[in-house]
Amino acid sequence: MYTDKVMDHFTNPRNVGVIEDADGVGEVGNVKCGDIMRIYLKIENDVIEDIKFKTFGCGSAIASSSIATVMLKGKTIDEALELNNKDFVSALGGLPSVKLHCSVLAEEAFKVALYNYCQNSGKTYAGLEGFNPEELDDDHHDDIDEDDE
Amino acid sequence: MRRVYLDNSATTPTKQEVLDAMMPYFTEVFGNPSSIHGFGREAKKIVNESRATIANLMNAEEREFFFTAGGTESDNWAVKGIAKAHKNKGNHIITSKVEHHGILHTCETLEKEGFEVTYLEVDEYGRISLDDLKAAIKPETILISIMYANNEIGTVQPIKEIGTIAKEKGVLFHTDAVQAFGNFKIDVKEMNIDLMSISSHKIYGPKGIGGLYVRRGVRLANFVDGGAQERKKRAGTENVPSIVGFAKAAEIAYRDFDAHVEKLISLRERLKKGIMESIDYCKYNGHPEERHPGNCHVAFEFIEGEALLLSLDMVGVAGSSGSACTSGSLDPSHVLMSIGLTHEIAHGSLRLSVGDFTTEEDVDYVVHELKGIVDRLRMMSPLYDKVTGGK
Repeated sequence: MYTDKVMDHFTNPRNVGVIEDADGVGEVGNVKCGDIMRIYLKIENDVIEDIKFKTFGCGSAIASSSIATVMLKGKTIDEALELNNKDFVSALGGLPSVKLHCSVLAEEAFKVALYNYCQNSGKTYAGLEGFNPEELDDDHHDDIDEDDE
Repeated sequence: MRRVYLDNSATTPTKQEVLDAMMPYFTEVFGNPSSIHGFGREAKKIVNESRATIANLMNAEEREFFFTAGGTESDNWAVKGIAKAHKNKGNHIITSKVEHHGILHTCETLEKEGFEVTYLEVDEYGRISLDDLKAAIKPETILISIMYANNEIGTVQPIKEIGTIAKEKGVLFHTDAVQAFGNFKIDVKEMNIDLMSISSHKIYGPKGIGGLYVRRGVRLANFVDGGAQERKKRAGTENVPSIVGFAKAAEIAYRDFDAHVEKLISLRERLKKGIMESIDYCKYNGHPEERHPGNCHVAFEFIEGEALLLSLDMVGVAGSSGSACTSGSLDPSHVLMSIGLTHEIAHGSLRLSVGDFTTEEDVDYVVHELKGIVDRLRMMSPLYDKVTGGK
């Protein structure tokens, strides 16, 4: 059901934890659908110096969080904003179609954390223009295109 | 790596004694039971003997027991067959919210065809209320279908009392006893059961074979049209080796009944005690006493069931969960929602079902591994942070 890469990131998730003095924190998902992701960012000179996550969810939710943090860490914010859930899925060697929403949550958790950083710092980034955490749909189970697999 | 199978409610391994009994019926006694020649007659003989064996165990007559391809087919046949044969009398069926999908989805199909279905609520243990049942019965009610033992949380319904009510009100009573047969002594006459579904692979018999008890005199529409097999009601050449295996498995279940039940309860209690004493924030689900002897159902707070199952699988342990992520749907299992669990607790549910081949060492290994797995997943969970303050 899952690729070796997914199982690797589920079994040995990278960057699990909390950043006590985080510059931005984002949490998405809800308990009803069974996935909650929280991402912590440490940002210096527009570079993601550190990133940590905590996730309540299934194997693919944990693996998606892990791979996202690995891919985002060390990137400039502009570079990071060019990545999306499809990049996380590719890096994991694919996810079952019913689990693709987990990768969307990872992308959104990062963006919500970054939005939080922007609010704290007063910075703006072109890649985050128009992004509003209030408008996120909690339930991504229905908006996944089967062709994405 | 050690491998521990604690998913005996999903299926059981076929016992060697059962397989040995089946083997001659693939190669030596291979005739078609409908054939008139000697090859056919000897196959017919064993089919009838097997039917008698199973019927006797539940205190039914041979002619009251029909072979099917499994529990789900039996459920479909019972409900659809009664609906079709009795639609002139009424269009109302009563069932519960915690039935197996074999019943629930069949009822949903019938609703689309104009039948009205009442889904009885259950209490926190998963039991229906007899007063609710009585209140739901109306002149149009043709069938009550209530499962014997629940497949997820193991809770046993007050079957005898339901049978009495059904008889008093003149309504037919079907029970899905797929999880119960072989684990409880069921007397269909004493319990006023009119129809009962059972399955072979839950009692160490082969898969793909089950049966339906239909009390003599109950009108039931045919399920498969064709030849004269199963009194013309369920046509198709009999699966002779599996029928033999099913009967052998049933015979063994009753022969070793007391030791089997005692062993399962002892292992289940050891498992329950081990988990509840070593892991915080968990809830034992299902009825404390009135339950399947092998069923242990625990919900772990702050973690998700699929992650739990994957982690257990990696240390060789097989279990099952009612979380949304394992069901492929958005919501956790209908059973867990019906007993009033919140989403966060239901998502962290784990069913471990012990069986005849489970040992105390297996149970101790699972308890030990489970503790580490739950701790690890909780360390990753933002919900657990909220309880521990991130420590």
